[in-house]
Amino acid sequence: MSTYDEPETQLPTTEDGDVDEDAIADLLGDHVLDRETHGNAEAYVVRADAVQDVLSTLKDDAGFDHLSCVSAQEYDDRFESIYHLKQYEDPTNEVSVVVPTPRDEPVSETAEPVFRTADWHEREAYDLVGVQYDGHPNLERILLPDTWQGHPLGKDYNKDKPQIVTFEENKNPLEDHARGGEDSDTMFLNIGPHHPATHGVLHVETVLDGEQVADVNPDIGYLHRCEEQMAEKGTYRYQIMPYPDRWDYGPGGIINEWAYARTAEDLADIDVPEYAQVIRTMSAEMCRIACHLLATGTFCLDIYGDFTAIFMYAMRDREIVQNLLEDLTGQRMMFNYLRLGGVVWDIPEPREEYFEKCRDFLDDLPEKLDEYHDLISENEILQSRTVDTGHLDPEIAKNYGATGPVARGSGIDYDLRRDDPYGYYDELDWDVITEDGCDNYARLLVRMREIEESARIIEQCVDLLEDWPEDDREIQSNVPRTLKPDEGAETYRAVEGAKGELGIYIRSDGTEKPARFKIRSPAFSNLSALQEMSTGEYVPDLVATLGSLDVILGEVDR
Amino acid sequence: MSSDQPRDSITGSSDPLTSTRDARIGEGVDNRFNSKLREAFGSTPFILTKFDKFMNWVRGSSMFMLQFGIACCSIEMMHTYAVKHDLDRFGSGVPRASPRQADVMIVPGTIVSKFAPRMKRVYDQMPEPKFVVNMGNCSTSGGPFQEGYNVVKGAEEVIPVDIHVPGCPPRPEALVYGVAKLQERVANGESSPVTVKPYELEEFGDLDRDEMVEKLSEDIDEETLVMRYNWADSP
Repeated sequence: MSTYDEPETQLPTTEDGDVDEDAIADLLGDHVLDRETHGNAEAYVVRADAVQDVLSTLKDDAGFDHLSCVSAQEYDDRFESIYHLKQYEDPTNEVSVVVPTPRDEPVSETAEPVFRTADWHEREAYDLVGVQYDGHPNLERILLPDTWQGHPLGKDYNKDKPQIVTFEENKNPLEDHARGGEDSDTMFLNIGPHHPATHGVLHVETVLDGEQVADVNPDIGYLHRCEEQMAEKGTYRYQIMPYPDRWDYGPGGIINEWAYARTAEDLADIDVPEYAQVIRTMSAEMCRIACHLLATGTFCLDIYGDFTAIFMYAMRDREIVQNLLEDLTGQRMMFNYLRLGGVVWDIPEPREEYFEKCRDFLDDLPEKLDEYHDLISENEILQSRTVDTGHLDPEIAKNYGATGPVARGSGIDYDLRRDDPYGYYDELDWDVITEDGCDNYARLLVRMREIEESARIIEQCVDLLEDWPEDDREIQSNVPRTLKPDEGAETYRAVEGAKGELGIYIRSDGTEKPARFKIRSPAFSNLSALQEMSTGEYVPDLVATLGSLDVILGEVDR
Repeated sequence: MSSDQPRDSITGSSDPLTSTRDARIGEGVDNRFNSKLREAFGSTPFILTKFDKFMNWVRGSSMFMLQFGIACCSIEMMHTYAVKHDLDRFGSGVPRASPRQADVMIVPGTIVSKFAPRMKRVYDQMPEPKFVVNMGNCSTSGGPFQEGYNVVKGAEEVIPVDIHVPGCPPRPEALVYGVAKLQERVANGESSPVTVKPYELEEFGDLDRDEMVEKLSEDIDEETLVMRYNWADSP
């Protein structure tokens, strides 16, 4: 069920329902210089000064209303920005828009007026790669400090060069600040980067008018630990897989690994045995439960303000999930369990005992969830803090590229597990949860109800695994030790992470290491909508809204 | 024999009561109030100790932790504080949100260039005596991200550290062990010497003038505090 109006556009499709690539080329007319075929979609190379024209045509006339990611990269002879477009209605309909710019003058038109989400994505591309976007409202560094010299993912970056980082003391909050004028009676409030309510090292620059938020600007990058560079330094086969665990350390480890596995398997054309897919599905849903429990626990920690019962209960139940995952993978958080073409090992022996433990957990879960509902969602205090605060309109959510529970809490029926099926999800019986409240309470409810759905999926997987014939338990397909995808192959693939669409763009240059590895983090896009959600509200509601977004800074900053 | 009909022997004499008590106490010192302390002190109720030693013992037995989450390790740190592992059992489980109320800072995660000056400031704001536990490989050496262009190769480049707990992330049990080791050190009056670290906050005007400083001097005031990272010299 959705509360927003469907865009009245007609996507040019062929008879079998795929995107009609030639019709789109006709639609874009002479803006198109060339066409490429990427692993996931057809790509149109367009002129650097026609970006807004092309994107708004695709958005308004062809229904591509989801700018999923912007990947920038440097070639020997040019810079390139790729806009990965999808549809919220059907994310398997994808197109890519490639914007090449010359090396000596890497300037292209900004996409920010068409898609608000391009604001942060283009700032990141500028920061790390060095592409400049003409007409961008605020083209500043986003992940690295303002005084940083050079663009680290560019080709001629020297990482041994010293850098100087400033530390500005907090000014008197009543002094004039950048956004207030002479007569302004607003106040500037720094929240973070060391603050218990920011869920890590996030810095929120807030301008207050009385007790209400006049403006808010999330300042990120306090945990930017070069994940993309680390992945570009590793070999496909073994060296990259440990890093995804450290993006969303909620722990969404297996879901993150799956994002990489899905992209690399797509790029190198690797099949995964069905048995391994079931194990992947089961363990990924365990991770999702752990993530949502953490989100629920810390959200209530933000609302109630102390280490209260609900936080302790959530931690108690996470311990059980973590024990199950530890039995399966050997680690509590950083699993490193998936391999390209399967998983690293089978269910631990004795299998019956493991399945029994899973079933015990699942059997106890409904009662515990009832307890959670008694304590939080039916609690009047929590309701008065969360209902109708942090309102996020579905149209705005789409414009900011929000996905996951944040989008589903605004009634957007978008879940890649169902809409762009991977793993074993399309064989199982489960539902996508949406709520129409558009507020903090709706997002909390989505997460709590998704725990139930994840439990349903795990239950079916356990049944399947238990009855799986013993001679057919293939955990890995035959994958060469050194993996070298074809030169020039590039693809963008996403999975449904605990926070939303977790996508990865990889370009291969024919060697055993990726030439470009770009991570599309769901929390990054979700966090960029914070300003829309909290302007005009009270400071405590800003904290609640931040909690309901469930950002993990490791994933935002990467 | 029911209790509302007392025996003569009891109403008439206190002997049975006394003999029961004597039987319970046994010979020598009354050990009903026995404790480790009592055992240590022997029969005299007096303590003779150095004031410093006593203070160290007190410090080690009641530690206020800074509520300081950085990265992945902070999730395991939360588990250490929460049910099951319950760091409070060891007299050190009260996370304080303000550095001005904290004795111990657990550094749970990767330190990057943008965060190191902030961490230094948070450390400076803690009252003396203060102690630091490094949690995980990132804060020990940069860990898996050591080769990152933006990653400080360990918290020890910025602040003095007393205990390193290895792991990625360390299990809660490991962190509990690290904290217990710290308490032991504190009780013995040991702590890391405060030395000048490679990365310090200094005024921009005090930096050696080189090409980069010249270039940045248009944007940065002389008095602004800066941290200069010499990546090539990092271990």
